[in-house]
Amino acid sequence: MKNLKENLIELVRRTSAELPQDIIIAIQRGTEMEAGGTNARYALEVIQKNIEMARDKSQPLCQDTGSILFYAKVPAGFDQLAFEEAAREAVAESTAKGYLRQNSVDSVTGANTGNNLGPGSPSFHFEQWKNPEADVCLILKGGGCENMGVQYSLPDGRLQADRDLNGIRKCILDAVLQAQGKGCGPGILGVAVGGDRATGYACSKEQLLRRLDDKNSDPVLAKLENEMVEKANSLGIGPMGFGGKTTVLGVKIGSLNRLPASYFVSISYMCWAFRRQGFVLQNGGEIGRWLY
Amino acid sequence: MLLEAPFTEKKIRALKLGDRVDISGIVFTGRDAVHKFLHDGGVPPVSLKHGIIYHCGPVVVQEKGRWVVKAAGPTTSIREEPYQAEIIEKFGVRGIIGKGGMGDKTLKACQEFGCVYLHAIGGAAQVLAECVTEVRGVSFLEEFGSPEAIWELSVRNFPAVVTMDSHGNSLHQDILALSQRKYKEVLSSPV
Repeated sequence: MKNLKENLIELVRRTSAELPQDIIIAIQRGTEMEAGGTNARYALEVIQKNIEMARDKSQPLCQDTGSILFYAKVPAGFDQLAFEEAAREAVAESTAKGYLRQNSVDSVTGANTGNNLGPGSPSFHFEQWKNPEADVCLILKGGGCENMGVQYSLPDGRLQADRDLNGIRKCILDAVLQAQGKGCGPGILGVAVGGDRATGYACSKEQLLRRLDDKNSDPVLAKLENEMVEKANSLGIGPMGFGGKTTVLGVKIGSLNRLPASYFVSISYMCWAFRRQGFVLQNGGEIGRWLY
Repeated sequence: MLLEAPFTEKKIRALKLGDRVDISGIVFTGRDAVHKFLHDGGVPPVSLKHGIIYHCGPVVVQEKGRWVVKAAGPTTSIREEPYQAEIIEKFGVRGIIGKGGMGDKTLKACQEFGCVYLHAIGGAAQVLAECVTEVRGVSFLEEFGSPEAIWELSVRNFPAVVTMDSHGNSLHQDILALSQRKYKEVLSSPV
């Protein structure tokens, strides 16, 4: 795969330094919602300035360059091992260039590997599809927001949440309430209803690949998404937990079938520094077009 | 308003909840490994007296033999809650910069010993790195790794909001109480 490594380094640079347009627009709208002179408005103005500076200087938006999550939809016959090898090299070189922080720690010894490579880093999520080309996406998800992720098993006595839509509502709003400002809000929630514990969390993260302005194909979930944005924003938590109207920028909900015995609601919290980018991979290594 | 070194108790006590400050002086980065080390009886390689600790794991690279900070936003502070109060007391720390706020133990220590919690804008790594004028030194680089090391940084006009003052007030407590009340209201209203 000629040029693939170089193009993946460019994907890492772009993802780390430039926010996608849908997020920038949502942050601008949030800023306009907050009254002048408030700390909420101030936080969003600093965030906007930061977005411009990172892009202009081609440097990480946030020093926590996060978990490195590759999502690839690939045609039959795509060489996944060769792709992984190129991506690992790209990650190590991107770390040396300062696009990524040295962010991968051996959980047993505590040693930092220094190049972001190690078991589970980066992580790869492949899905086969019918298209002749591959879509390659990258999400960089910082630890502060990742720590705010939560999984509920319904019924939940503390929340008085049953196995129904109202139970899901309680879980989502509780996750926002518990996160307060600690996840670097205004945040974006990826939510999965159902599945097992592992597939639930995986599906909640996949929701983050959706553009903020898309519409859920399931009308019930589409309605719930809009309702949850509105209700989360009425909690008064605001940017950074300073108080204000802009607590979340989006809520994206997917559903998986479940066992009769299980009912999980899995939530991934993404910070405002929503680093997500991708490209259509052509001719075994070239960038066809950017996806976000 | 400006908050300039030296960080005297008088200046710290004058700060009130919600104040926006621009900090100029020296700050020391310290996060999980450093806090545990100091809490377990470790001797700090730098003097933290009247100092400011910054919960931050920066991206720092060497350019022409000099350290240069490329990104330096705050990390989540609550992880240091088990350690912070004793570190404030033992070493005479006057300010903590971080994000997300801290708990009761730290709030009490701020009140008792004259310290303040300064909330930086999480994720604003470029705006904040731009405020770093010089990397004066680094300790524990080998032992703890770059993000966990103690970086001694000169900063100018570093922006932050006072969210826990030295008079027992916490914006985080206030917002938590408000949002808990709203949560109940929202769920009791018809869909």
